[in-house]
This record gives sequence, structure tokens and C-alpha cells, in this order.
Amino acid sequence: MPTTLPIFSVLILLNVVVSVYLERKISAFIQDRLGPMEVGKWGLLQLVADLFKLIQKEDIVPAAADRWLFLLAPFVIFVAIFAGFAVLPLSPDWFGSTANVGVFFLMTVISVDVIGILMAGWGSNNKYALLGSVRAVAQIVSYEVPLGLSILCVVVTCQSLDLQEISFQQSIFSNTPNYLFGLKATGIDLTQTGGILTWNILRNPSLLIVYVIFFIATLAEANRAPFDLPEGESELIGGFNTEYSGMRWALLFLSEYAMMLLVAFLGAILFLGSWSSPFPNVGALRLADWTTGSPGTWAGNLWGVFWLVSKAGAAILVQMWVRWTFPRLRIDQLMYLCWKVLTPFALVLFMISAIWKLL
Amino acid sequence: MEKMHLPSDFLPIFIQLGLALGFIITTMLVTHSIGPKRNSKLKDEAFECGIPAEGDARTPISVKYFLIAILFVLFDVEVIFMYPWAVNFKSLGWAGFVEMLLFMGLLLAGFYYVIRKGVLKWE
Repeated sequence: MPTTLPIFSVLILLNVVVSVYLERKISAFIQDRLGPMEVGKWGLLQLVADLFKLIQKEDIVPAAADRWLFLLAPFVIFVAIFAGFAVLPLSPDWFGSTANVGVFFLMTVISVDVIGILMAGWGSNNKYALLGSVRAVAQIVSYEVPLGLSILCVVVTCQSLDLQEISFQQSIFSNTPNYLFGLKATGIDLTQTGGILTWNILRNPSLLIVYVIFFIATLAEANRAPFDLPEGESELIGGFNTEYSGMRWALLFLSEYAMMLLVAFLGAILFLGSWSSPFPNVGALRLADWTTGSPGTWAGNLWGVFWLVSKAGAAILVQMWVRWTFPRLRIDQLMYLCWKVLTPFALVLFMISAIWKLL
Repeated sequence: MEKMHLPSDFLPIFIQLGLALGFIITTMLVTHSIGPKRNSKLKDEAFECGIPAEGDARTPISVKYFLIAILFVLFDVEVIFMYPWAVNFKSLGWAGFVEMLLFMGLLLAGFYYVIRKGVLKWE
């Protein structure tokens, strides 16, 4: 049963409410301000007020715009990202689509996002919007190369494209034996130990570096600072969402946060042990067993959701921390980083991962 | 270990698409029924910071973006070729690994050419 679908639908909306508030508070903390303080205690109701405001706003279509492209673009972006959640697992027993090409499907969905952005920019018939969307497309398609290669490193290590299968391999329920650092030569079988020791980043230590590449690439894919050139407000006002207003703009905004959540989940599943607990079993201290529960029971499911959501949440917090710490890159620096730093590194790491697996 | 994979595995993806569409339709209906509708010539103009919009927005764009797009098509297709290999490479063994090295060598030779050609020089 695809139990995850309603959960993720709620989670996407909940994530926007929590993340936007957190983002404003974190940015305020980093910049030594207070952030939203007026609506509700500590400004807690600020976002609810914002949502009510947005839904009452007029949906303006500029006269010069390509009406249909302009109207449909936010839908394409939102639907694409929303559908991406269908292949993510949440716990040993809660999963969405069991299609064996889950990882591949996610990559495709991220690409569909590009079409929507181009539709928005071109359809707006506005100089800022068009410049923003062209930048966004260049950026997203470029960073798809290191992103694809970094995901490939995990696929090589796990020999599967099914996200649930990748999750199981990193847990104490693994069908295949897990050795220390993925090396059979060490002779240390960790299958029953579990915890952080069987996460992908330690099953193949080079994946630790790959995760950094993955994280940088996903920041760019989600148009997050320091890669937020597409909407660089100091020069392009809002980039491809300049002409949007009201709920249609809110959909674009929702998509941005949903994308953050999607890549945070993907990173947690691929590299950080998915729904498995970080604590290993040490002798009589069955920490992994105690914090995992058994699959199929409520305890097992809730622990799984708890760990996966915590890992994804931590990744989102780091995304925000990065956003408010680093200045925006210039487009030539962006391309330099992607093509001359990340891509060659990812290719080398891909080879290392393959050799590691053959050892 | 080997699981059966059926076309019905893809059903949740379509359900999810349906949920997304449902959300969009609901919010759009609500916002259109309670939002105002007022048109004026000035309001419907493209937004250019209060300066009167000059000419068409669809001006030619730097060719560098186009080169990046072509480069992406090349590289992404290579990456797609690597996925089936990555899933099966354990059974292909060292022979498959050497073949992939050859493939990557050709790819990197092209990449080197592209870099020397200055395609990625953004000035």
C-alpha cells in the first residue's frame, strides 16, 4: 500500500509553514535582528496571515504575456516536484511507488521543473523574467551533471535504483552482509550492528565527499543561495517569478520549499542511512534495535519516520545556514564551479566508488 | 532478493500527480472566487521598476547559454548510459569496468577539447 502519499502531501504543506518561519527566524538570528514578532506569540502566526493574504490577492496576467504559458508554468513546476515525492520511502513498511527506477524518476522530475521555469520566463514576456529563467535553466541543467554523477556513486555502491532497496541495504534488516567500510577484506561483519556504521557514507567512505558534491548540486537545483542568481532580487527583482502574483506566485514559492524538502529527503535516503537509526548495536546495548522497532509495527514505522524526517530537517537547516552565510555567486563563477570543479571531482569519485565495490 | 516489478508499481506516481492537480484546482478556485479583478492599462504592463517598458522582452540571449545547453545534452546522455552499467557492473566484473573506463576516456577527451576551446570561459 502506498501509505506515504497522504503523509507526504501533508508534509509538503507543513514544511512550507515551518520552514518559512524558521528561515525568517534563522536569518534574523544570523543578522542579529528579531524577525517576525507581530503576529501571534514570537510571530508564530505570521505565515498563516501571509497565506490568508496571498489567497485573497488578485491573479494578474500581464497584457504582453503568453497567456497559456504564463498560467500553466507554476502548475508544471508544482506538479513535477510534488510527483517526485511518490517514490520516496518513509519507513521499512511505509513506501510509495515500488517502481524499480525510483532514483531515475526523481532525476527526470527535476528536469521537468526546468521546462516549467522556461515557460514562466518566456511566457511573462518581461526582461527580468526571461533573463532569470535563462539563467535558471543554464544553472539547473549544468548542475544536473554533477548531481547525476554523485547519485551514480550511490547506485554503484548499492546496485539498485529502488530507493526502498537502497534504504534496506543501509539498515540492520539488510539482506546482504555489510562489512566495515564496505571492505570484505577487513572481515568485520557489521550487518547486525547497524547504526551509522552501515550508512552509505561509511559503507564507502568516498561517499562522504560525494555527499558534499550532492549537497552543493542540490542547492543549485533548488535555486537556493548562494546559487539564487535566477531570482537575484538585487538585479532581477524576482527573476522568473517577477510577474506572478497571489496564489500563482505562492505555488512557485511552495515549489521552491518542496524542492528543498525533496532534495533533503533524497540526500538522507541516499547517503545518511534513510530511515535507519544512527545508533549501532554495541554488545548487550542493543541501541539500534531499541531505536528502530520491528518493521510492520507502529513503533517501527514511527521510528523510521522520525529518523528520516530528522535527517531531512537537519539538511534543510544547513541549506538555510548556507543561504544566510555565503554571498551570491556570479554566473561565470557558478559555471566554473560546476564544470571545472564538481564534474571532474564527481567523475573521479565515481571511478573510486566502482573500484571500491570491486575490491 | 529479486523482486517482481509490475506496471502497477507506477500507480502511486499517478495518484500523487492527481493529488497535486487537486490541490492546484482547489486553491485556484478559491483564490479566483474571493480575489478582486480590476484591469487597467498601466497595471497590465510588464513590470520594469516603474520605467515605461521599452521594446520586446524577447531579445537575443548570449550564445554561451546555448553552448551550455548542448554540453548538458552530451553529458546527461553519458550519465544516463552509466546508470544501467552502474546497476549491473558487479556481474560485468573487471571487463565491464575497463569498458566503462574506455567510454569515460572518450568522454573526458571531448571534455578536454571543450575546455581548451574556451566554451566554458565566461568573461
